[in-house]
Amino acid sequence: MSEKVKVTIDGITVEVEPGTSILNAARQIGGDIVPPAMCYYSKLEGSGGKCRTCLVKVSKGSEKDPRPMPKLVASCRTGVMDGMEVQNITSPEVIEARKGVVEILLINHPLDCPICDQAGECHLQDLSFEHGVGNSRYEFDRRTFEKIDIGEKIQLHMTRCILCYRCVYVANQITDNRMHGILGRGDASEISTYIEKAIENDFSGNVIDVCPVGALTDKTFRFKNRVWFTKPVDAHRDCPTCKGKVTLWYKGDEVLRVTGRKDQFGEVEDFICNTCRFETKNTSSWIIEGPRHIAQTSVISSNHYEFVPLPVIKENQVLIEANKIEFERATKI
Amino acid sequence: MARKLLLENINVPGIHTFDVYRQNGGYRSVEKALKTMTPDAVVEEVKTSGLRGRGGAGFPTGMKWSFLAKPEGRERYLVCNADESEPGTFKDRFLMTHIPHLLIEGMIVASFALGAKTSYIYVRGEMMPQIRILERAIAEAKNAGFLGKNILGLGYDLELYVQPGGGAYICGEETALIESLEGKRGNPRIKPPFPAISGVWACPTVVNNVETIAAVVPIINDGGEEYAKIGNGRSTGTKLISASGNLKKPGVYEIELGVPVEEFIYSDEYCGGIANGKRLKAVVAGGSSVPILPANLILNTINGQPRLMSYESLSDGGFQSGSMLGSGGFIAFDEDQCIVRNTWNFSRFYHHESCGQCSPCREGTGWMEKVLHRLEYGHGKMSDIDLLVDVSKKIEGNTICPLGDAAAWPVASAIRHFRDEFEWHVNEPKEAVARNYGLAKYADPLPKLEEVVSS
Repeated sequence: MSEKVKVTIDGITVEVEPGTSILNAARQIGGDIVPPAMCYYSKLEGSGGKCRTCLVKVSKGSEKDPRPMPKLVASCRTGVMDGMEVQNITSPEVIEARKGVVEILLINHPLDCPICDQAGECHLQDLSFEHGVGNSRYEFDRRTFEKIDIGEKIQLHMTRCILCYRCVYVANQITDNRMHGILGRGDASEISTYIEKAIENDFSGNVIDVCPVGALTDKTFRFKNRVWFTKPVDAHRDCPTCKGKVTLWYKGDEVLRVTGRKDQFGEVEDFICNTCRFETKNTSSWIIEGPRHIAQTSVISSNHYEFVPLPVIKENQVLIEANKIEFERATKI
Repeated sequence: MARKLLLENINVPGIHTFDVYRQNGGYRSVEKALKTMTPDAVVEEVKTSGLRGRGGAGFPTGMKWSFLAKPEGRERYLVCNADESEPGTFKDRFLMTHIPHLLIEGMIVASFALGAKTSYIYVRGEMMPQIRILERAIAEAKNAGFLGKNILGLGYDLELYVQPGGGAYICGEETALIESLEGKRGNPRIKPPFPAISGVWACPTVVNNVETIAAVVPIINDGGEEYAKIGNGRSTGTKLISASGNLKKPGVYEIELGVPVEEFIYSDEYCGGIANGKRLKAVVAGGSSVPILPANLILNTINGQPRLMSYESLSDGGFQSGSMLGSGGFIAFDEDQCIVRNTWNFSRFYHHESCGQCSPCREGTGWMEKVLHRLEYGHGKMSDIDLLVDVSKKIEGNTICPLGDAAAWPVASAIRHFRDEFEWHVNEPKEAVARNYGLAKYADPLPKLEEVVSS
């Protein structure tokens, strides 16, 4: 059954397991053709399909049924078929739709990056920088909420939330008891706990790691430092509740915060427990493994000198022709 | 007099009770199907009839039924979608209020055809009287041996439940309805898998509109071929139309598909013309989510053919000059109505009813509503009109469920056909607040096609 299927994304063919989503197939190729994902999280079952930033065009359904799909599809939730042809950055339609989604995601976002702790590692920042337009046409009041503390160590600032539902899935799948969820409907919907009940759970801190924006932040780290001034270091310890594999964020000798190890797509490798995250902030508790490699495109690695890998787009003439804008952006970096 | 299939006995006193309904030929189709037909034969009969979904999308019902997966050892479910909340549509409520046994009869036959042992009627929460009526009718049918264990002694079991919804428009979308039926938040699911494979409690499920299920009764009674003779082309049978707006006789009418729109509006058999001697300005032909058309385009297609009340004829011309039959919510606007205000009102509805799951619909509907509000109250700018078109394009087709499309189409079509009126709202804001734009040229005869092509 495990016969691999061929899928072509922006002219690059890759063989993947049947049942893989288009997004994951694109991630196997890597580079610029990976659609951005704000709500999909590969470690959380059922996530994805909501933010619509990963829309792609399926120009050929499969070998058997070569008809193109009538609408743009969410690549995170659409499985590949043998012989499928997908257009991401080579399709002007996709780029246009993605611009629209970014603009729409930003109309109710406060854009308070200068005072937001997530700045520098915020997916929405990256997304709007790469795929958005410079200005907004929205001229009305933005939706705002009061900040609330959900649990002792976690603050929820709903105003910044893009309702990706990731934290709901984390609470459902990682912890025993989900205390928070979506209240309300439409653009009045919000993440909240029932009558601001506190979230008490060993693994509740993971909602901070999965939050793509600054809506859920670590109260032990809030306003301590900007992330790009801190140095990430991989470390581990013998933890009775989790695997204990973390990234420590140093400023000088001091551990300012502890997070899970995030890969190039911003997803943690292992979820970590609250003891590791909030209570073990001294070097002596940890066995240091070495510096954490952060993607060159991230502002966090701006002071590091590492080899810049060539994006896929620079090697492929078809792609360069098809998308000059993306190419220029890639060469700037 | 046109043929009536669903509302034939609507004026018989006491038709909502089991005894009167039975005396008037009710439950014949249950006897016929269970005694003389196999489930597959019922599905074939519905296929022959050419019946198309009456809830809005117009998908052939027989096809939908034959797509139902039938794995061994898994329950299958039939769910009746009675979450009718589209502005302008009230046919299902009418049917359930006055002739509930027709729906129950249809449910039994359809459940038999699909092999469902448990079926649900998901009724919108606001329709409390209808829920009570249906529950009483189910109890009556059960007493008479048409529901429950071993129906009519023929060895078929069926339990029928009425499930009240919470009153959300989104729960009329079939996957959101299934979520809500399971007791969860009514968010549409991401498809695939389709309900035919994995629906209620991950079992194969068919979701059908009230009127679709009711239409199965005459199909089984008279045969699919007989049913297919009524109507026009691929639009077979009869359709309930909820006519509202500035009409002399608004109400629910059963029409044979293929009646000219002009006849439907002006003949005394149907709506009897525009009320108070006014002139027709615009029509929303199939519930608030379908594109609005000006009077000249609703009466004739762009080719100069008279437009008929059928799936094909109403969508003739695509989105440029056509509309859709949708769920049959026929709203007529006379010359005193303001299209900008109406578009704002529709947009306000979609803003309120968006589930908030996917971003284009959640944020985009609110944005459109705010811009339309500004236009209607005389604070608009000329650039707002193009902005609206652009935002509607960004929503359309990019959302999980069709609510995004439903929110985008009325706005896009209103601007396409009534741009002058929007511009007048921007240019003459004071006047626009004080009076209406009037009929203008919207009822003028369409230019001949040759002139359009040559110019």
